[in-house]
Amino acid sequence: MTTTSAPPGPPRPTRRLGDRVFAGSATGAGILILLVLAGVAVFLVTEAWPALTANSADLPNGKSLASYVAPLVFGTLVAAVIALLVATPLAVAIALYITYYAPRRLAATMGYVIDLLAAIPSVVYGFWGIAALAPAMVPFYGWAAEHLGFIPLFAGPASTTGKTMLTAGLVLAVMILPIISAISREVFGQAPALHREAALALGATRWEMIRMAVLPYGKSGVIGGAMLGLGRALGETLAVAIVLSASGGITFNLISSSNPSTIAANIALNFPESSGLAVNTLIASGLALFLITLVVNVFARWVVTRRAEFSGAN
Amino acid sequence: MSTETTLAPSGTGGNGSPGPVRTHRRLPRYGVAALYLGGVVVGALLSALTGFSIALTVVYGVVLGTLAVYLVARRVEGRRKATDRLVTTVVTSAFGIAMVPLVSLVYTVLDNGLGRLDSAFFNSSMLGIVGEGGGAYHAILGTVIITALTAAISVPIGLLTAIYLVEYGTGRLKKAITFLVDVMTGIPSIVAGLFAFALFALFFGPGIRLGIMGAVALAVLMTPVVVRSSEEVLKLVPNELREASYALGVPKWRTILKIVIPTAIGGLGTGITLAVARVIGETAPLLVTTGFVNGTNLDPFSGRMTTLPTFSFYQLTQPGFPPEFGIDRAWTAALVLIILVMALNVVARLISRIFAPKTGR
Amino acid sequence: MAKRIDVSDLDIYYSNFLAVQGVNISIEPRSITALIGPSGCGKSSFLRSLNRMHEVIPGARVEGKVVIDGQDLYGPDVDPVDVRRQIGMVFQRPNPFPTMSIYDNVVAGVRLNGGRLKKAQLDELVERSLRGANLWNEVKDRLARPGSGLSGGQQQRLCIARAIAVEPEVLLMDEPCSALDPISTLAIEDLMTELKERFTIVIVTHNMQQAARVSESTGFFNLSGVGQPGRLVEFNPTQKIFSNPDEKATEDYISGRFG
Repeated sequence: MTTTSAPPGPPRPTRRLGDRVFAGSATGAGILILLVLAGVAVFLVTEAWPALTANSADLPNGKSLASYVAPLVFGTLVAAVIALLVATPLAVAIALYITYYAPRRLAATMGYVIDLLAAIPSVVYGFWGIAALAPAMVPFYGWAAEHLGFIPLFAGPASTTGKTMLTAGLVLAVMILPIISAISREVFGQAPALHREAALALGATRWEMIRMAVLPYGKSGVIGGAMLGLGRALGETLAVAIVLSASGGITFNLISSSNPSTIAANIALNFPESSGLAVNTLIASGLALFLITLVVNVFARWVVTRRAEFSGAN
Repeated sequence: MSTETTLAPSGTGGNGSPGPVRTHRRLPRYGVAALYLGGVVVGALLSALTGFSIALTVVYGVVLGTLAVYLVARRVEGRRKATDRLVTTVVTSAFGIAMVPLVSLVYTVLDNGLGRLDSAFFNSSMLGIVGEGGGAYHAILGTVIITALTAAISVPIGLLTAIYLVEYGTGRLKKAITFLVDVMTGIPSIVAGLFAFALFALFFGPGIRLGIMGAVALAVLMTPVVVRSSEEVLKLVPNELREASYALGVPKWRTILKIVIPTAIGGLGTGITLAVARVIGETAPLLVTTGFVNGTNLDPFSGRMTTLPTFSFYQLTQPGFPPEFGIDRAWTAALVLIILVMALNVVARLISRIFAPKTGR
Repeated sequence: MAKRIDVSDLDIYYSNFLAVQGVNISIEPRSITALIGPSGCGKSSFLRSLNRMHEVIPGARVEGKVVIDGQDLYGPDVDPVDVRRQIGMVFQRPNPFPTMSIYDNVVAGVRLNGGRLKKAQLDELVERSLRGANLWNEVKDRLARPGSGLSGGQQQRLCIARAIAVEPEVLLMDEPCSALDPISTLAIEDLMTELKERFTIVIVTHNMQQAARVSESTGFFNLSGVGQPGRLVEFNPTQKIFSNPDEKATEDYISGRFG
């Protein structure tokens, strides 16, 4: 290998004015993105600062900031985790069905429909949750409180409106379902045909082919998709604000009418009527949400990039 | 299905044709159907025990039928085929279960929203309306204005950033921008709203609510989407075309403007349209930035502004008295919103089809 | 119009990797010079350094001199864009611009460089360039159709027409026939023989018969070993290279005893 010691800087090529302007504005736009993100963090911290440093008696709940935010963080996590647990298996099933089970001609249309559903505004999911899902769940909640009450999750008393944490989680599940299945469908579809055909040539059944050639390939893609869905569920505001009756503290009881709110829903519901320190407190909770989603997203990107490095596909 | 597939064991070469391919014993299709039918009948009986319901019958029927098919298939066809059948059923039913809420969603919105989809809805605002009547004229205009402003901010920044990443970027700055664009894609919409609020509150005080604030908040959400999709599309433009242009003595910036972008224009248009579709339904950031009014305000730089999603949200949560009229308006607004998003998706498809590079190869 | 190229002590680097070392060569005007050699020996890098196209790759740079009729291409105030206007290039795979018609492809160089010509002048330029590329008769009735609808050989001739439409002094061709069938190859070779009346042509080729058929002079590039930089082993009139080369390595390569 012939290398030279530190190369003498090449003569700076003369550049045209047009090139300089264009390269400059493109670079400037990229740097602007950096600044905006830094700005998001800085402004949130600035506006949250009064609440972070305020005398605890002045805060909206008269206690400490931590005791104000904790139930919200808890509610956010519970709703998002329910959504994730329900949506991921179903989304994988949808993706598998569309890529490997559905009749060819139908598959393209269904993929398109799923993409469309992923684009439906979240406020509409909230509408559906309150109008269709919540009433439909009421009989189940009554039955669960009666027969499954020994499990803390279903301790009851059952909500009579259906506006419970479980309903909120299910609405979020339906909302992120198309998102996760759209990503899973993509990675399943990309599973190398060579491997799939090799599996079939060995006499594998369709399921064995999927297990041998498709799932290992698509696993981290599904995880990445699920993490993106989790990010969306954590940050979702209105779907939760509409369907959740939020009036309680931390509880694992999923079917009662007193539930902790979520950060985003709490901001949306209280922000328009708040002033002074209450606004700062809400922004402080928004900062907490920002950090949570940041962690989830960075983790998701890490999973997805790791896959890109190992799959050898470009 | 076919005649050689029977439940009875046929023995080796039982039909007098000992072909080179071993024929496996398989369940005939009518056998599978019969087993499911049996499952449904038993399921109907079971559900009748607790008060008959069709949903319960279907659930019992599918579960029992699948179980029966699995057991029989396991005896006749062997474990592997039986597992395959089981998984096929599980995947298909999971797909069916997943489609129920999605279909229900579309049905509910259509059912509730079609009632007020009339000309008054598009022609009148909520100024002075109590109870019946009124419409979303002001909200639709607000959505159009704010979305247009958002696009006017995001598209140039997003496109230029994508050009930087694909054509100019090197080293650490490129890596940092790529990473932060990824992070930005995950910003919760309400946080973007808070950012815009905090930014403007710093200069104008905490009571400030403007249309442009909403556009800034939405731009924070839309820009990374534009960057991502544009970047993907620009990367698809073959390097050979750039080289051909350089070799003609065309400067880089003209090559990008006249060769790269025209080649990618279809994909860029599709990506931008989808990004618009993504932000047009955003509600949360607008709740904290644009406020809410009943009248029409066309100036995003002064006073509060209503948009379709916030209109829909407030009509549902604060319908006034009597509530049914407000709730009807809310559903119709939601329906219009869905139609808008669908239309944008269709437009995006059309763009990508019309501008697809005409390669004769 | 055609010009003479003098290269002295040219080294080509990719970042810190020395890819080609110490090339000295004099290319005569109005002639075809062929560059042959095994894959990865730096002939294409060398060709691209003649019109500063290699600078498109980040980290690529050269040391040494490339002088065209007394002007140093790598002088401190020389704009690579101007260099490329004087020295055109045709690539291995035909690459007409997919968004443009045949007509627009031919005038692309002029238009993209901001030249404002009248319609009649443009028409005249298109006809002249397409005739120069032996393509006029095949496409004159469908000038408005997309260039990518042509066959591979026609596309390559379209690219040649596009390159000569900006009236360069030198034409560089990087394996212009390797993606084409024998008949299209023959058409391009005939075309090269016509074009050398007006241009200095340098062609990189893997096809030794092609080098023997069309060129006046041939340069043989080779690697002195794995990881070593490529060198110009021998540069001589084509006839001499193929009958009685000075170097053993050249003879081995030409007679197939390479490696």
